[in-house]
Amino acid sequence: MSAPPLIEMRNIYKSFGGTHAVEDVSVTVQGGEVLGVVGHNGAGKSTLIKILAGAYRMDSGEIYMQGEKVSIHNPRDARDLGIETLYQDLALADHLDAVANLFLGREIMTRWATLDGNAMEKATREVIARINPNFVNLREPVQRLSGGQRQSVAIGRALYFDTKVLIMDEPTAALGHRETAVFKELVIRLKSEGIGMVLISHDIHDVFDLSDRITVMTNGRQIGTHRTAEVTKDQVLSMIILGKQPGEETAEDIATLH
Amino acid sequence: MARPDLTTRFLGLDPKSPAGRLLGAAERAIIENPTVFTAGILLLLWLILSQLSPYFFTVSNLFEITVQAAVIALIAVGQTFVILSKGIDLSVGAILAASAVTSTMVMDAGYGLGAGVIAGIVVGAFFGAANGVAVGYLRIPPFVATLGMMGIARGYALIITEGIPIFRVADGFEILGQGRVWGVVPVPTIATLGLYAIGVFVLLRTRLGRYTVSIGSNEQATKVSGVNVPLYLILIYGLSGVTAGIAGLTEASRIGSGQPAGGVGYELDSIAAVVIGGTSLFGGQGSLIASWIGALIIATLRNGLNVLGVYAFWQLVAIGAILIAAVYIDNWRRLRRGGEQ
Ligand SMILES: Nc1ncnc2c1ncn2[C@@H]1O[C@H](COP(=O)(O)OP(=O)(O)OP(=O)(O)O)[C@@H](O)[C@H]1O
Ligand SMILES: [Mg+2]
Repeated sequence: MSAPPLIEMRNIYKSFGGTHAVEDVSVTVQGGEVLGVVGHNGAGKSTLIKILAGAYRMDSGEIYMQGEKVSIHNPRDARDLGIETLYQDLALADHLDAVANLFLGREIMTRWATLDGNAMEKATREVIARINPNFVNLREPVQRLSGGQRQSVAIGRALYFDTKVLIMDEPTAALGHRETAVFKELVIRLKSEGIGMVLISHDIHDVFDLSDRITVMTNGRQIGTHRTAEVTKDQVLSMIILGKQPGEETAEDIATLH
Repeated sequence: MARPDLTTRFLGLDPKSPAGRLLGAAERAIIENPTVFTAGILLLLWLILSQLSPYFFTVSNLFEITVQAAVIALIAVGQTFVILSKGIDLSVGAILAASAVTSTMVMDAGYGLGAGVIAGIVVGAFFGAANGVAVGYLRIPPFVATLGMMGIARGYALIITEGIPIFRVADGFEILGQGRVWGVVPVPTIATLGLYAIGVFVLLRTRLGRYTVSIGSNEQATKVSGVNVPLYLILIYGLSGVTAGIAGLTEASRIGSGQPAGGVGYELDSIAAVVIGGTSLFGGQGSLIASWIGALIIATLRNGLNVLGVYAFWQLVAIGAILIAAVYIDNWRRLRRGGEQ
């Protein structure tokens, strides 16, 4: 056996009232690997990653980090473990600027226990310059920024703080063509730095471009996990829509997908 | 930052004409700096009133206005924090009375000035923090939580005094509400200045201030960023209780007694001051100093209309109209900024 995975979620269950949002799902992510999570609307993808991010508490299941069992009860626990999240809705405070948002919850303080605005601005400039050199108006409330700039702030958090696992929920949904291309380059760079990533996306092309393995969910259940290189887009679509394993689908099924 | 000149175009003016440029500049000032705008309104009021009455624009009358504004201005410090966090505090008038009677009762019992002042502030902090527990941990909407607390704090003030005002206070207590430094500058005015200075520092330089704005702007984002939101809500509402308590001490000192039925309606005046100051009821956006200016605008209207001999009931009409205008300007400001509706 090689080294234990960076993150392992084992037999995760979560329901809301009568809805079984996640039922017996298990995934692993290695360092420097991107795990794609796909499935139709309401499949439970966001719920699964919110458990890892500490935003929801699972009903049952276990989470291991580098082989050691960890307990994640709130977002702070996740952050302390080096798990960062890019939320579907980006989770920024609209009236605060990029600097305040990047450091939200983890402000740099002076020795007088006051906010160190200069140090935070300097650090933000450095980290944003690596992501999006054209983005310089860091003191503008983020509600006035473009989708790509807002995302740069969210990614900036992941880069600045010592991140081991980066969770991305629909990271390209709010982005234009060029911004998506920039984002993809960034993911490849983060991979080379050994960061493990979980990517949720409805765009099957993005998922195939970026992920090393793909796991498919429907109605809270896991249909299967496959190496991206070993499946075709049609096979993955068939898993999402028909719930069939690769190889089970017929020519007829493929035809209905198109 | 090229944005369309809304007002200019609405009036059918050429934005490049002198009048168009002036309007455009005014529009930008209002949007970019609501505090400057509110201060401009106050100066305009003073200018108009000084033309209408020779008694208005005198040093002593202007100081008088700052004294008349002091109690509401003090309450408005905490109210501004609460409103910035997208909340509302309806209990501040009742907390003011609770603090005033507790403090005067402690002094009446012979414990002295220091004990009386501390007791008043502690009571304010306690009721305020209880609001924070209700809003933060019990998830009661702020309107309801503080409405409940309004009854509880008022009941407390009436119960411990059996409804009877407390008239015996410690020596020196009158200085806070009635004193003058160098015989001219009123102590309540200096107290207000001091509290606003502290408030601005907290708002801009501390975690509490930063999270007050971020909770008001996006509570969910603040939570997933690892901030202990309920704890900070306790601090925010606790701060509001403390500033209401300080206002209670000031009022008790000014009138020389603790009135269990005092402070009725002050919650609405303080909210009006904050809103006239341009702080958005939608949270996340506003200015603390402007709340003081808002309180001064309210006091100016009352004072000025008195000086002019305008029938007192008309003052209510004028203040109500200004309040609605302020909210309208806030809507328009957010629209122009392209923020969420
Ligand atoms: N906070 C919640 N309270 C109640 N039900 C919820 C909550 N969050 C999710 N659900 C339910 O759990 C199920 C899974 O939702 P989830 O958001 O995880 O889906 P998803 O795969 O992320 O969908 P999408 O692709 O639309 O983002 C849905 O039926 C949803 O209605
Ligand atoms: Mg989702």
